[in-house]
Amino acid sequence: MDFALNDIQQMLQDSAAKFIQNDYDFETRRRLTESELGYSEENWKLFAELGWLALPFDEAYGGLGGSLTDLIVLQTELGRGLVVEPYFSTVVLGGNLIQRHGSESQQSELLERLIAGELKLAFAQAEPQCHSSITDIETSAERSEEGYHITGHKAVVLGAPSADLLVVAARTSGNRGDQNGLSLFLVDPAQPGVTMQAYPTNDGFRGAEIRFDSVKATLLGEVDSAYDAIQATLNDAIVALSAEAVGVMEKLLNATVEFCKVRKQFGQPIGKFQVLQHRMADMFMECEQTRSMLYFGAITVAGGGEEASHAASMLKVKVGSAGRLVGQQAVQLHGGMGVSDELDVGHFFKRITMINTLLGSRDEHLQRLIRNAQAA
Amino acid sequence: MNIDLTGDELAFRDEVRAFFQNELPPQVMEKIQRGLRISRDDQIAYQQALHAKGWAGANWPVEYGGTGWSATQKYIFNNEAATAQAPRIIPFGLTMVAPVIYTFGNEEQKQRFLPDILASKVWWCQGYSEPNAGSDLAGLKTRAVRDGDHYIVNGTKTWTTLGHYADWIFCLVRTSDTGKKQEGISFLLIDMNSPGVSVTPIITLDGRREVNEVNFEDVRVPVENLVGEEGKGWTYAKVLLTHERTNIAGVASSKQRLKRLREMLSEPPLGMPNLIDNSVFMARVMETEIELKALEFTELRVLSAVSTGKAPGPESSILKIKGTEVQQMIDELYLEASGHYALPFVPEQYEEEGDGIVIEPHFAPNTAPHYYNNRKVTIFGGTNEIQKNIIAKAVLEL
Ligand SMILES: Cc1cc2nc3c(=O)[nH]c(=O)nc-3n(C[C@H](O)[C@H](O)[C@H](O)COP(=O)(O)OP(=O)(O)OC[C@H]3O[C@@H](n4cnc5c(N)ncnc54)[C@H](O)[C@@H]3O)c2cc1C
Repeated sequence: MDFALNDIQQMLQDSAAKFIQNDYDFETRRRLTESELGYSEENWKLFAELGWLALPFDEAYGGLGGSLTDLIVLQTELGRGLVVEPYFSTVVLGGNLIQRHGSESQQSELLERLIAGELKLAFAQAEPQCHSSITDIETSAERSEEGYHITGHKAVVLGAPSADLLVVAARTSGNRGDQNGLSLFLVDPAQPGVTMQAYPTNDGFRGAEIRFDSVKATLLGEVDSAYDAIQATLNDAIVALSAEAVGVMEKLLNATVEFCKVRKQFGQPIGKFQVLQHRMADMFMECEQTRSMLYFGAITVAGGGEEASHAASMLKVKVGSAGRLVGQQAVQLHGGMGVSDELDVGHFFKRITMINTLLGSRDEHLQRLIRNAQAA
Repeated sequence: MNIDLTGDELAFRDEVRAFFQNELPPQVMEKIQRGLRISRDDQIAYQQALHAKGWAGANWPVEYGGTGWSATQKYIFNNEAATAQAPRIIPFGLTMVAPVIYTFGNEEQKQRFLPDILASKVWWCQGYSEPNAGSDLAGLKTRAVRDGDHYIVNGTKTWTTLGHYADWIFCLVRTSDTGKKQEGISFLLIDMNSPGVSVTPIITLDGRREVNEVNFEDVRVPVENLVGEEGKGWTYAKVLLTHERTNIAGVASSKQRLKRLREMLSEPPLGMPNLIDNSVFMARVMETEIELKALEFTELRVLSAVSTGKAPGPESSILKIKGTEVQQMIDELYLEASGHYALPFVPEQYEEEGDGIVIEPHFAPNTAPHYYNNRKVTIFGGTNEIQKNIIAKAVLEL
């Protein structure tokens, strides 16, 4: 048993920490979120040079063949920097779907471009009536002589405004709720018939509502059988997002502790008040417990099988509960400064709040765990 | 023990209900129906409609134009206002500075200020907090130095809610450094148009301008704007703070928000996740309802004690703590009920002229900004930690 970082992980952590320290201070990040594009293309090139875009992909395609535990090391650092470049949508979601479900030629062509920093992706899955279910899909793909055409509405597609290619989940057979009959498609968002309403998200990212009106689409991998690939990718994504959450929470804790050491009221640092000390001790314990859960989740999800989804749900519940406590108390202990846009603490709070709404909330995963226990 | 309404009270309820249905200014009514943001002008129009009805001074003594309502009538009014989703009454004039003026001000001040406050002709803001005097309010440093028949004021106030709308500000200022900190504080009314007053925005987490920093540089304030005696400002402010705390619970509007949530859970609008079968979420809804019901009765107990002539005492701290906790619990329920539609940041959707993207369900994109912003309620008006200190000291005598 060994929880220490190996050499590659140590290198990843150092390079990511250095990047955030040198190139991604809070004011730089703020300017990026307010810019037209919402992130920096230069940073994206740097991510390619540093090998971050290659991390989880097979060596056969020029990837680094990294594991899920390698990925969480990087994601935690990205969380500390509140990095808004579309790494999650491109690498963790889109790239993994291609690697899991694409044909041999799709994998080699697309992953190579992705790794080179020349292809950004977004995963269009959720729909207005469907918030985190994999199978509740109404978007459909019709086959004709010219190939497939997609029609439907995809909701809150993160990273869509900057994506060169969309990976779209659509139904090719079966009914809403069926596992069979789900397929993945590649769609060029610049095509006629695609209407994209782009917006910023309230934690500094970009997303869009996308409507497809009989839009030409290329099948990714095999028809009707995408469920397993989507499921496995979303489990990985929960682990990656939770790693980001750990980075965010540790920043919230540190910022709060430092603030309480210097902020004086009643002639003393407020960190001297025992009630606040206990509050920060609670925050500290929650951060550590979440990190432990993250390791459990990463190891178990990487092992696959039934256990993977169960562990992913457990992890997401912990992140939801702990993130709520740490975020809310960080703001509370900062007093008025906690709700001002000026300090970084509020922005970490926003991110941790939104992380709970992504990929199924705490309540939702807890309910899934209860249902599974009842069915067992 | 009895909570039934009498015949007169039922008639009063119907009258209030009719007012909210028929007599609100049309532009206010329309914005409520369309779920749009209320502007400064709308706010004034609403409060002036209340005034026209004789209902602006709910807590004021009758001799100054108050309603003379009983505790029950106030309760009825608040419930009806919440049901109609009427704007909240901006407290700084009507419920904060007015009681200080009619309790501690001189005759001339009463005549000069009270009618305009009652008629919402003048917008007031509250200048207590300073960058280094928040919880430790008595540590405030804004200085007022006597110079003939003026005070010269220098210093910085912060977190001033809607200070950019305000015509006047009521301030706690330091007039003396000797003796106890509290004894050197005075209550001063300052015209925001005075030379030397400057207002700079502070943006909050929802991206909006709601609070400000207000700077005073050699501002000349006539001595007649001092309320009561020099050095007694702290005592006056404490009276005011208890008023602030009884109004902060927001029971009626919390009830209304929960009721609407329950309706939407039964019949979810398009884009809202189906949550009625999620027992984890529903357990939170129920717990929130239970906490709120208990709070409603706690508030009724406080109100009935007040109506028999007792001043709101330390128990009003309960209302502040529990009221704000329940508000924030409800904020979280709404966030959950928005699902992924909590993510889009589309504030234009709530503006009258907004012509951008419209996200359905309409309420959803506002839930996160509101949740962020509303973390303030456990911070302002004395943080909940400070309120608990008060309970420990004043109630439990620890
Ligand atoms: C949105 C908003 C609107 C506001 N509007 C106004 C306004 O219109 N006018 C006005 O004058 N003020 C206003 N305020 C200011 C508000 O009253 C102060 O923010 C509040 O009093 C807390 O002060 P602070 O922000 O300096 O926090 P601090 O006093 O620095 O507190 C920081 C943390 O330390 C804790 N703490 C401090 N002392 C103790 C103690 N003895 N024991 C335990 N814990 C302690 C606090 O509870 C808090 O968690 C507003 C604030 C906000 C956020």
